[in-house]
Amino acid sequence: MSAVDASPPRKVWQYRTPRARLALWAGWLALVALFVFCWQVMTKDTIWFFVLDAPAQAADIGSRMMPPRWSYLNQLWVPLWDTINIATLGTLLGIIIAVPVAFLAARNTTPSTTLVRPLALLIIVASRSINSLIWALLLVSIIGPGLLAGIIAIGLRSIGFIAKLLYEAIEEIDEGQVDAVKATGASGAQIIDQAIVPQILPAFFGISVFRWDINIRESTILGLVGAGGIGLQLQASLNVLAWPQVTVIFIVILATVVLSEWVSAKVRAAVT
Amino acid sequence: MSAAATLSARERARAWRRPPVLIQSAAWRYTIYIGFLAYLVLASASVEVNIPRIMEGLDRGWRFIEGFLVPDFSSRWTDIRNGLIESLTMTVTSTVVGIIISVPIGIGAARNVAPPAIYLTCRAIIAVSRSFQEVIIAILFVAMFGFGPFAGFVTLSFATIGFLSKLLAEDIEDIDARQVEAVRATGAGWWQVINYAVQPQVMPRLIGLSLYRLDINFRESAVIGIVGAGGIGATLNTAIDRYEYDSAGAILIVIILIVMVSEYASSIIRKRVQ
Amino acid sequence: MLRTEKLTKTYRTGDKALAEVDLEVPAGQILGLIGPSGAGKSTLIRCINRLVEPTSGKIFLKDQEITGLSRSGLKRTRRRIGMIFQEYALVERLSVMENVLSGRLGYVPFWRSFTRKYPIEDIEKAFTLLDRVGLSDHATKRADALSGGQRQRVGIARALEQDPDLLLVDEPTASLDPKTSRRIMRLIAEICRERSLPAIINIHDVVLAQGFTDRIVGLNAGRVVFDGPPDALDTEALTTIYGEEDWAQMRRASDEDEDDDDQASPDIALVASR
Repeated sequence: MSAVDASPPRKVWQYRTPRARLALWAGWLALVALFVFCWQVMTKDTIWFFVLDAPAQAADIGSRMMPPRWSYLNQLWVPLWDTINIATLGTLLGIIIAVPVAFLAARNTTPSTTLVRPLALLIIVASRSINSLIWALLLVSIIGPGLLAGIIAIGLRSIGFIAKLLYEAIEEIDEGQVDAVKATGASGAQIIDQAIVPQILPAFFGISVFRWDINIRESTILGLVGAGGIGLQLQASLNVLAWPQVTVIFIVILATVVLSEWVSAKVRAAVT
Repeated sequence: MSAAATLSARERARAWRRPPVLIQSAAWRYTIYIGFLAYLVLASASVEVNIPRIMEGLDRGWRFIEGFLVPDFSSRWTDIRNGLIESLTMTVTSTVVGIIISVPIGIGAARNVAPPAIYLTCRAIIAVSRSFQEVIIAILFVAMFGFGPFAGFVTLSFATIGFLSKLLAEDIEDIDARQVEAVRATGAGWWQVINYAVQPQVMPRLIGLSLYRLDINFRESAVIGIVGAGGIGATLNTAIDRYEYDSAGAILIVIILIVMVSEYASSIIRKRVQ
Repeated sequence: MLRTEKLTKTYRTGDKALAEVDLEVPAGQILGLIGPSGAGKSTLIRCINRLVEPTSGKIFLKDQEITGLSRSGLKRTRRRIGMIFQEYALVERLSVMENVLSGRLGYVPFWRSFTRKYPIEDIEKAFTLLDRVGLSDHATKRADALSGGQRQRVGIARALEQDPDLLLVDEPTASLDPKTSRRIMRLIAEICRERSLPAIINIHDVVLAQGFTDRIVGLNAGRVVFDGPPDALDTEALTTIYGEEDWAQMRRASDEDEDDDDQASPDIALVASR
């Protein structure tokens, strides 16, 4: 900083104050230290021979996967239909439960902020924290394998997602419209119907279709734990190391996911 | 002379109906209603409900709820602790590595700052990463890297790229173009434009998205253990297989608590960086 | 100083924004560019520093041809052309000082701009400029904490920080109230005179243009339809530029406005922009 001594400017501009700079450095240092620590802990049992061998393994698997066994496709239509049903019926189940939960969780529609709202928020966070595959694992163990377990698993996971986005939409509505309807002497239910529902309807459809799209993706793997759908075939093929069949399943899943994403994008563009 | 003027108020009142909410054409509306109803019937028919099996399961269901209300942390504590440590370390490392890889790909996938060739390459990487469920990716990586958290780390890093790059790219495409133009007009180079005009605009959202992804990666780390990619999922899988619902309940409660804490922390951080 | 030869811009949509514009700006001249919306004012200004690529024609700055410069040559030339924008176009989330210093981006290497370690002379100049525009106390504030008029002053300081040979000014008063508009225009005009800096000011407020410029050029549908001193801009000339309108009334209204600078008169801008 010799230039400063030579011809001192009237003011000195600093990008950050020394304190802020120190805090920033400390923050970065802590982050790096945390990363290194986590890396050490995570890899303490890692067998590096396998890791280094991964490219060779990948090439091996790749060669086994080719060519796909296309004739297997005929056995996949029914599981695919099941998969789509799991996603759709599960989403519907989720919507039916999520809508009331959302109204109970939104600050401006909940009957009580001290009792009901925390409970609704707890339902939302519990549902959101637990992946549908874990719900499926539980449900298969409780009510036995099959589509029903898958549907309920998807439904339970969807509650949190839909209710969270929906209650945020409810909290963001224009209160002026609510006041106007309230001023006509409307009851609570009438206010919801006349002032709130019209405002959140586009968001509601958008959220539901978005979740359906995600659920298609999730339902492709529920079969791995026995909850029906195309995942059952994937599990069976993996168990006997029938890689050419796995390829076909991957392609079917990819096509379904791409298609559902396209449908979802179209519908969302149409309603919002 | 409009038609309304020839009708009395009473007649017009009788003719009034609530306007359709979503689909204007009546024909389309009913087609969609009927089609959806038909689908529901068909789909429901494909679901086999095994009543005796469910009745049998009700008892187990009740025991699960009991286990959830009165969780047992102690009998499987070592397993839970090791699983959690694996999950948490996997989450941190994969998020950090994922962010480091995502940022350049996200910038490359933004149409307004990247040249066309780079744009297409980055979009292709994103599409590949997003198409498959984490669990399917985990199956492949476990086959490649062997069982354990390293495969999980690779899986989550890979999945992070698709998520973060895509949202970052969309955010960059949405920035205020005038600020970019103004900086470019000073004679700034490409890197300077990124540093002065793009970075300040997207930084808060990048931080928010990274925290959100940290949260998602933790939740996913609890799942990919089921297919052998390390983490708490393996512990959970064992507990449920052995019908140890009180231990399973304990694990689920731990997961929920960690997700709650991380959501709360990230909401505070997000408010501060605004 | 600045010369354009048959400058033409046709957008990909087929819209012809500029048609063979020949223009010469001598050193030290303040040129007001007026014309109805869509006449090509913005395009003309942006063609000069090639934020918009001209379709054909040539531009010379001090005998250097700007059209046909390489990328690095273009950057070196852009830094000699300061630009002031409509709605300020500051990087909102950076501090006032960083915004002013961003005028040096074309001069400093990336590492300096990235670490914000600008040469001391640059920072000193930035302080002097902030003093000149009356914002010396606001250097460390974030740009989005300032009012509209203050932000435009930062925009002016940023352009001057480039040590420009030419100033391009795009609708500097578009989002300001009448009083602030006059002050900003006066500031720009004063600074240009102090440094005998030529400027092209694209403005849709005819009265302001007449009040603060040496020469007026009227554009209509991409062609120069008027070129002369501000006094020569009579009703007939306005009709050629903008089309038929009650110009006499506008003048009367503006005369009343002259008497009282503080009096807001929204009609003027409205009429003039028609």
